[in-house]
Amino acid sequence: MRRFRAAAVGAATLSLALTASACGGGSTTGGEGSNDSPKTLTYWASNQGPNIEADKKILKPELAKFEKQTGIKVKLEVIPWSELLNRILTATTSGQGPDVLNIGNTWSASLQASGALLPWDEKNFAKIGGKDRFVESALGSAGAPDKDPAAVPLYSMAYALYYNKKMFEEAGIDKPPATWDEMIADGKKISKGGKWALGAEGANLSNNIHQVFALGKQHGADFFTEDGKPDFTSDGAVAAVKQYVDMMAKDKIIAPGNAEYAQNQSLSDFSKGKTAMVLWQAAATTFKSQGMSEDDWGVAPVPVQSGAPGQGKATNSMVAGINMAVFKNTKNIDGSLKFVKFMTSDAEQKILCKSYGSVPPVKAAQEDAAFDRPELKVLRDTLAKSAAPLPQVPNESQFETAVGTAVKNLFANAAAGREVTTGSVKAELVKAQQQMSEQ
Amino acid sequence: MSSVRLAARPRGAAKPRSPMAAPRSFLWSRRIFLTLLTGFVLLPVFVMVSSSLKPLEDVSGKFRWMPSGLTIRPYIDIWKTVPLAEYFVNSLIVAGAATVCSVVIAVFAAYAVSRYQFRGKRVFTVTVLSTQMFPGILFLLPLFLMYVNIGNATGIALFGSRGGLILTYLTFSLPFSIWMLIGYFDSVPRDLDEAALVDGCGPIGALFRVVVPAAIPGIVAVAVYAFMTAWGEVLFASVMTNESTRTLAIGLQGYSTQNDVYWNQIMAASLVVSIPVVAGFLLLQRYLVAGLTAGAVK
Amino acid sequence: MSDTTVTTGTTGTTGTPATIVQGGKEPPATAPETGRAPRLRRPGRLRRIGLPYLLLLPALLLELLVHLLPIVIGIVMSFKELTQFFIRDWGAAPWSGLDNYKVSVDFDAPVGEALLHSFLVTCAFTLLSVGLCWLIGTTAAIYLQETFKGRGLLRALFLVPYALPVYAAVITWGFMFQRDNGLINHVLHDQLGLTDSAPFWLIGDNSFFALLTVSVWKGWPFAFLIMMAGLQNIPRDMYEAAALDGAGMWQQIRRITLPSLRSVNQVLVLVLFLWTFNDFNTPYVLFGRSAPEAADLISIHIYQSSFVTWNFGTGSAMSVLLLLFLLAVTGVYLWITSRERKSAHV
Repeated sequence: MRRFRAAAVGAATLSLALTASACGGGSTTGGEGSNDSPKTLTYWASNQGPNIEADKKILKPELAKFEKQTGIKVKLEVIPWSELLNRILTATTSGQGPDVLNIGNTWSASLQASGALLPWDEKNFAKIGGKDRFVESALGSAGAPDKDPAAVPLYSMAYALYYNKKMFEEAGIDKPPATWDEMIADGKKISKGGKWALGAEGANLSNNIHQVFALGKQHGADFFTEDGKPDFTSDGAVAAVKQYVDMMAKDKIIAPGNAEYAQNQSLSDFSKGKTAMVLWQAAATTFKSQGMSEDDWGVAPVPVQSGAPGQGKATNSMVAGINMAVFKNTKNIDGSLKFVKFMTSDAEQKILCKSYGSVPPVKAAQEDAAFDRPELKVLRDTLAKSAAPLPQVPNESQFETAVGTAVKNLFANAAAGREVTTGSVKAELVKAQQQMSEQ
Repeated sequence: MSSVRLAARPRGAAKPRSPMAAPRSFLWSRRIFLTLLTGFVLLPVFVMVSSSLKPLEDVSGKFRWMPSGLTIRPYIDIWKTVPLAEYFVNSLIVAGAATVCSVVIAVFAAYAVSRYQFRGKRVFTVTVLSTQMFPGILFLLPLFLMYVNIGNATGIALFGSRGGLILTYLTFSLPFSIWMLIGYFDSVPRDLDEAALVDGCGPIGALFRVVVPAAIPGIVAVAVYAFMTAWGEVLFASVMTNESTRTLAIGLQGYSTQNDVYWNQIMAASLVVSIPVVAGFLLLQRYLVAGLTAGAVK
Repeated sequence: MSDTTVTTGTTGTTGTPATIVQGGKEPPATAPETGRAPRLRRPGRLRRIGLPYLLLLPALLLELLVHLLPIVIGIVMSFKELTQFFIRDWGAAPWSGLDNYKVSVDFDAPVGEALLHSFLVTCAFTLLSVGLCWLIGTTAAIYLQETFKGRGLLRALFLVPYALPVYAAVITWGFMFQRDNGLINHVLHDQLGLTDSAPFWLIGDNSFFALLTVSVWKGWPFAFLIMMAGLQNIPRDMYEAAALDGAGMWQQIRRITLPSLRSVNQVLVLVLFLWTFNDFNTPYVLFGRSAPEAADLISIHIYQSSFVTWNFGTGSAMSVLLLLFLLAVTGVYLWITSRERKSAHV
C-alpha cells in the first residue's frame, strides 16, 4: 500500500514536470515567428477538389512555380475536412504545426482567439499588396470585426439556387423562384408523385447553420449580440428556423427523408431528378461526377422575401470560403508571407479558382472571362452584394453545434410527422442557448 | 435416447466427439439459430460486395438486391482517389510492429507474474487492469502533448511518426494480452521449466525454450487480438498521423469528401484491404481456437 | 484498496480458460501453496530477486508513459479553465477549482442534464449490448461445440465481423440504415410491409437500436471466441457421467456447461463492459459529431464537449467522473463475482 502511494506520488510529480514543460511548448518560439529555416515551408491545404489526389495534382505545379521564383521548397499536405480542425487544434496546443495553412473561414474568430495565427495588420497586408485587393465581404470573414484579421481570403464561395430545368418545364414553371412565396408556390406544383421541390441536408450541422443564418438576416436577427453574446431566441431567429423547417413540416416541399441527410445525399437526389432544387455552394463538379449534364441545370440567386437580394434583410447567403493563415510559430516568417502573396496573386488566383470552381476573393482576378459563366456570375454577384459573414465570434463552432443540432432535431420531428410550432422551435433554441452559456 | 443418438450419428463426422445425445429439439434450434446468425453476419458483407460493383449513381440510389449494371471501375478508381496502397502499408507496419512489441513485452510480464512470487505483483496486475477503464478522450490530448515535448527534449519524433502510433497501440493491447498470457503460462506444467533449468538453461532460456513453445497457440491468439486493436483504431490515428503516416482506418475516410461520398469506392477499398487480413485471420483461427483451449491440457 | 479486491484482481485477470482449471485453486497469497509445484521455495536460479521486476519493467514503463501519466495530466486539466483562449499556453490557463465539475454535475442546468441523459443512455446501451453479445456468443459457441458438417466453415465465418476494419463495417451499416435508400427499410417496409411508413434509423429514437445492432454485430464474435475456448476446457468425463445419470442435452448444458463457464464469464463480461462503455469509434462513424439524443453515448458527448467546442477543462472533468464511475463498477463487480466464486468452490 505504501509503495503504491509512493508510486502514485512519483507519477504525479513526473507528470507535473511534464505539464510544466508542456506549458512552455506553445510559446517557446512565440512572438511573431522567426527566420530560422528560410528555405522550406510546410503548407496544410484543405481538400477542395474532388479528392485528395486531385488536390495534389492541382497544387504541385503551382508550388513548383513558387520554388522556382523564390528558392523556397513547400512541403504540401492535403488534409481531409474530417481531420483538419483537430489537426489545427493539436498544432495550436503543442506549437508543432505547419507554417502556412488553410482554414474554413468560419473558424477564423475561434482560431484568432487562441492566438495561434499571425495577425494581419497593415504592415503584413502591405507585404502581400494591401488590403484593398480583396473583396470586402470575404475580408469580413477573416476574424472578429474589431481586430486585425487572422487570415487572408483564398477561395470564396456563396450559396445559390440550383434548379433542374426539365423538372421546372414539366411543372409549367418558367423561371426560378425569387421570393420564398414563389418558392413555396412552385414547390407545391413540383412536389408530387415521388418528386420533391427542394433538397436539404437536415442532419448536417454546418449546412443547417448556413441556411438559417441567411434566413435569420432576412428576419432581422443576428444570432449574436453586438458584444458577442449568444442570442438564439429572438423572434427573428425563431421565425427563421421555423421557416426553414416548415418547408418540410408545413409546406411539404422537402422530402421527409432529407432529415437524416448529412453526406450530400441531396445532391445525388438532385442529379437523379428526384428533387428539383438545392441551395448549395459551387455544386457544378459534383453534378458532373454524378452523371448530370451541364445543360440540365440552371442557377439563380437564393430567394429573399422581397425578391431583390441586397444587404440587411435582403441577405441571401453567408460568405463561404477558405482563408489562408500563417502559423505564429513559423520558423520562416518571410517565406510564409511570400507564399501567401504568391497564392493570392492575380495570376495564381485565376488558375486556382478556375480549377476548384470557386470565386476569387481578389477583385482583379475576378475580371477573368473564366468567371463569367452563369454559375460563377451568380456566386460572384451574391458575394459582392448580398452575402454576409457568419458571426465572427470565438465560440462559433459551439454555435454551429448547438443551433445546428437544434435544427437537426426539429427536422427529425417534422419528418416523424410531429408538429413544428413556434413554441417547439423556441424550446429547442432555448436549449441550444443554455448550452452556450457555460463559457 | 438411443434412437436419437442413431439419428444424430450419420449427420456428424465419423466419430462423435461427445457422449451427448442431441435431441431433435436441439438440432432444430441449432439449425434455425445458426442460419439466422449467418444471415446477420453476412448481410453487411453482401452489401459491401454488391455496392462495390455498382456505378456511383446506382449506389447512391435505392437499394436493390441485384445490381442492374456491374462495373469493376470502383476497384480501379480506389487507387487514384486516395493513396490507398500507402495507407495500407502504413497500417501493416503500425499494426504489425505494435503486435510484435506488445506480444514480446506481454510474454515477459506474464512470465514474471506466472512464475515468480514477488512484492508488488498485485499492484502491478491491478494497475494494468485499471488502464482498460481510461476513456481515450481523456488522455488523447495530454498524450499528444507529451509526445511533442519528448520530441522537443530528445529529438525523438513521436508525434506524426509511425513510432508514436506503434507505442500508443501496443499499450492498448498490452493489458488484455498480459492477462491472457498469465493464464496460458499457468497452464504450462512447471516441471517442464524445471527440467530445462536442470539442463542448464537460465530462466530466460527456460522461457523461450520451454514455456513459449508450449504456449504458442495462446501467443497467436494474443497476437491476433493485438493486431486487430491497432488495425481499426480511429481516434488517436486521426490526431497523431500526417499524410505520410496516415493509417487505413483514417485513410478510408478520404473517400468521403466535401461534396461527394464515393460509396462504391469506400466499399471496394474496404474489401480490398480486408481480404488479406481476413485471409490471414482465417489461416490463424485454427491456432486461435486451439490456443484459447490450451488451458485444458493437464 | 481492500485485500479482497486486490486478490481478485490477480486471479480475475488470469481468467482466461486456464483459470477454469486453475483459478479456483489459486490460493490467496497468504494461504499455503497447494498441490502444484511450489513457486518460491525452490533452491536455484529462479530466486534471483531482480529478475521478475526486470521482466515487468517494459510493460510497466509503457503503461506509465502512455496511460497513467497522460491521465494524471488529464486530471490536472479538469481543474483548469482550458478554453481556446488558453490552449496555446496552458500555464496561463486560470485554475478553476471545482467549477468544471460543478457544471458537469449540476443536473438542473442544461449541460449537466445532457450529461446525465447521455450517461443513462450509455448505461442502457452497454447493458443491452454486452448482454446480447454474451448471449449470442455463448449460444453460438454451445451450438458449435458438437462436430457437424460445415462447423469449421461457420466458425471461420463468424469471425469475419471481428476482422473487418471498424470504419468499413460501421459505414456499411450506416449505408444500410438509410431511410430511403437503405437495405433495412427495403426489407422491412418495401418487401415485408411491416411498417406503414419507412422508419428513420439514423435520427430519432430508432437510432438507439441502429447503434445497438452495429455494436452487437461487431462485438459478439469476441465473446464467441472466448466462450468456444472455455467450452473446450470442460472435461468430457463430466458429460459422460451426467449422461449415465440420464441427464438430457438441455440438462447437461444447464448443469455442466454453464456453471463451468463462470470464471471465463467473469473476465469476458468485464472486458466487454469496459470496451462497450468507452466505445468511441462506432457511434462516431455512424452518426458523426452530433449523435441523435437517443443514441448520445458518453464518449461522443465528451468529444463534443471538448474537441468540438474546444473546452478541454469541462471535457476532462466529465472524463474523470466517468473514470471514477468505471472504477467503482469494476470494484463492486469483482468483489461480488469473486465472493460468488469463492462460495461456489468451498
